[in-house]
Amino acid sequence: MSQLPSVSLRVPEDTNNDGQEPSPDSEGALHTSFHQLIQEQSSLVEASLELEMQARNGERVAVPDACAVTWLEPRQGRQHPSYPSTCLQILASMPSRTIGRSRGAIISQYYTRTVRLRCRSSRPPLQQLRHTARPSLRQHDLETDPATAKLEDKRTLLAKELLSLSPSQRSHMLLTVPLSLAEKCTLRQELSVQWNLKRLYVQRRASFSASRGFKHFPVLGCRGLWYRILSLLAAAQPWHYTLKQIGGRFGSSVLSYFLFLKNLLMFNIISFLILTVFVVAMQAAYPPASASPQPFTGLELLTGAGYFTHSLLYYGYYRNATLNEPCGSSPNGSTSPLTAPSLPYNMPLAYVFSVGVSFLLTCILLVYSMHCSFFESYRVGSSAGDLAVKVFCAWDFKVIQRRSVKLQCENICTQLKELLAEQRSRSRSRSLCRQLGHCTVLLLAWTLSLGTVLGCVVAVHYLSEHMHMVQQDHRAQDGGKWQQEAILLVLPFVVSLLNAVMPHIYNLLALWEKQDSPVARVYVAICRNLILKMVVLGLLCYQWLRRRVVCSTEECWETCVGQELYRFVVMDFIFTLLDTLFGELVWRLILEKKLKRKQKPEFDIARNVLELIYGQTLTWLGIVFAPLLPAMQMLKLLLLFYIKKTSLMQNCQSPRKPWQASHMSTVFITLLCFPFFLGAAIFISYTIWSVRPSETCGPFQGMETMYESGKTWVQVLEKSNPNITWFTWVHQHLVENTFPLFFVSGVLLAAIYFNIQVVRGQRKIIHLLKEQIDNEGEDKRFLIQTLHSVYEQRERRA
Amino acid sequence: MGGSASLLPRDLLGEYQELTFLSKQEILLAYKRFSELLPKEEREISCSTRVPKSQILTLPELRANPFQHQICRVFSTSEARDDSMSFEDFLDMLSVFSDSATLDIKSHYAFRIFDFDEDGVLDRNDLEKLVNCLTGQGEESRLNSTEMEQLIRNILEESDIDKDGTINLSEFQHVISRCPDFASSFKIVL
Repeated sequence: MSQLPSVSLRVPEDTNNDGQEPSPDSEGALHTSFHQLIQEQSSLVEASLELEMQARNGERVAVPDACAVTWLEPRQGRQHPSYPSTCLQILASMPSRTIGRSRGAIISQYYTRTVRLRCRSSRPPLQQLRHTARPSLRQHDLETDPATAKLEDKRTLLAKELLSLSPSQRSHMLLTVPLSLAEKCTLRQELSVQWNLKRLYVQRRASFSASRGFKHFPVLGCRGLWYRILSLLAAAQPWHYTLKQIGGRFGSSVLSYFLFLKNLLMFNIISFLILTVFVVAMQAAYPPASASPQPFTGLELLTGAGYFTHSLLYYGYYRNATLNEPCGSSPNGSTSPLTAPSLPYNMPLAYVFSVGVSFLLTCILLVYSMHCSFFESYRVGSSAGDLAVKVFCAWDFKVIQRRSVKLQCENICTQLKELLAEQRSRSRSRSLCRQLGHCTVLLLAWTLSLGTVLGCVVAVHYLSEHMHMVQQDHRAQDGGKWQQEAILLVLPFVVSLLNAVMPHIYNLLALWEKQDSPVARVYVAICRNLILKMVVLGLLCYQWLRRRVVCSTEECWETCVGQELYRFVVMDFIFTLLDTLFGELVWRLILEKKLKRKQKPEFDIARNVLELIYGQTLTWLGIVFAPLLPAMQMLKLLLLFYIKKTSLMQNCQSPRKPWQASHMSTVFITLLCFPFFLGAAIFISYTIWSVRPSETCGPFQGMETMYESGKTWVQVLEKSNPNITWFTWVHQHLVENTFPLFFVSGVLLAAIYFNIQVVRGQRKIIHLLKEQIDNEGEDKRFLIQTLHSVYEQRERRA
Repeated sequence: MGGSASLLPRDLLGEYQELTFLSKQEILLAYKRFSELLPKEEREISCSTRVPKSQILTLPELRANPFQHQICRVFSTSEARDDSMSFEDFLDMLSVFSDSATLDIKSHYAFRIFDFDEDGVLDRNDLEKLVNCLTGQGEESRLNSTEMEQLIRNILEESDIDKDGTINLSEFQHVISRCPDFASSFKIVL
């Protein structure tokens, strides 16, 4: 063996083997050579290492005490006082320990990254490397390794490498280096020095000072403009300060509710704009000469009937003619013959297309936000290991008020204790009796909740039938006005009451059920609430399509349905207000004054979000029948934001249950999309495609289906201009045919399958890499042990 | 804002904007808040003076934070090791805690904040101190020793991939990458 006997790692050059590369099979040979290396240092080490080798093979031997303790209990990790300080110093300068704190190490790491980025290959070609037997050392080129250079040299090296990158990559690299700002300024100066040298070398004369050199890069100029735009956008964001206040007091979980509300507002704004511009405003400009409206009493705001029946609010007001037709026979009494003729406007077509386009846009936006949300929150292999993630990511730095910080500490403590208790109970095997008991309780709870859902649905069904009969009787007898209005309001009242009361009952049920995991509790509560709302809404849709609506006008069933939906939306808002009032304000007063507890009521995020989703679904269901419903929903959401915020600040505290904000946001936006938006879209599609509109009112009088207006238009186009056959072909084969739908679904399914396979492959790779790291860890432990023993022997001898 | 903008030189503003994740508005706001921490006489030369730690900790964003001392220690570049911060250190801190900072940078600095004994790894003592910071100062809201033992054992089992009894930076970053909430909770906005 030829190399210098020193403990600093040097790969021994094996010159005795005729220039042939030692194969990985001769690992044993390399270990032995390393072994002999140590032997040259001290004679005693050999004996202890042989004993160590035997210990690794499983025999029980007497090894020196310190080594035994550390070898057999590697996870204790306590610093043994017997470890010599030089040894500890060497350990402390291991790369894995310095990368976080030493500037030099960071610069070297980024140097390597820059080189890799430049070469675009992670493995240097094998021919250029030293031939070593150990594959993991094959790529470790000791000569060009900057880890041994001085700090200034490392900086120069990094600066040189950065210059060879593209400007955007360079600025990104500068931005993401985890150095202090002063260091980055120095690095930047170094870069400009190198840049100047390079430019002088290329013999171009530029007259700028060193520190201003980069201002002339166009990408950095664009970046400045981009920053300016961004800062303007940031300042223009609505409710920016309010949301910061809420986050600062209650944390990200409660903030997610308000962000969801903001998103819903955006969706409504889009529907509102499309419908207003293309449908409502047009009809408002050309009002029909209809019957005189009924007098306005205040009750209309609640029932939507009376004065509002023949107004822009409902379907029945819109005409089935072309507006502003020149020389047309439509009774446009208000236009004088002197006004300039403008383009004719086909109202039925506009109506059906606006509804279609607003739904399409909402769908695209929903899918896009779902994609973004999913992208942020899904991680491969994230199911393994709860506690480490919980401990490292639990602290929300946004929370700044002292009381909220204290509350957050308590919450984290409770959640950790619960997780630990859950783990202990899981590891403890339960007796068969207890398991059976637990299963029975679960089964009973689910039967009860599904039973209540069924009960509610049957009750709503019979109530609506009953109300319909009462309405018929009342109209035949021509009863009082107030009674008539009261009849209209009964069904919405009962449905909203059920939606408000049942979630509290489910919460009580969950208390009795006592699920093990707190996360499961949240999911089960959401599930039950969801099933109730979905089934009730489904039943109502069915009733509406069967024309069993409690109505004030006989002729126009669409206006009736529109009015019914109006009443539902208004009732929903009233009940949300009442729920906030009683559930939060009154409950807090009771807790404080009567029960003298310091706790405030918790803000139940899941229940509130599901209420928002329910309200939004009502709007989507009603767009065809009442085009101004998105405007109402917008107003409602705005009011709700301020009311909920005030109530939150005064009366509530943040929830104690564990809440992964990004994960739950994804769940909520998926819920918004899948059962609710899809259901509304199916209902609307069925209405437009298959239901016969009423004969005497609305824009589709006399047609078979609402969609017929579109078909007629295409036929008219075809007749007027025979050259655009491609348009009719598109219409026939892509819109009327169901084949494209199946094709698109097929493509979507293929994409999903592909992604699943990619994720599976990534999981396998993660597993393999973990095994590899485990092996390297074993090597590390072996080397640390050897190091310890060497220094110990040295100290013993000294 | 007009007043403070004239005190911060324009090219410095541009340089800071390029080297940090903050926007111009945020840098100017930071400058304003930083000068308010200094006594009136020293406000002219805000860029080069150092603010003592006690003053920094009066900021409402840091006042009640259990990691306040660690944050000051990690971001301070003072040679006297007294955890005082200059304006550039303050900007550094805000940049790392800002909205647009990458997950890499955040996890890097989070590691340094959690490394209480500054030895480059998170060993048992660091983890114990971290959990105590998280659960608060009150006696009733601390974990007892059995629970602490169980917790630390679980954390090491889940995150210590090379099984050396400590968590180094790469292992920490691997754990953080599994938690999508980290970027939004590791945020301080002025």
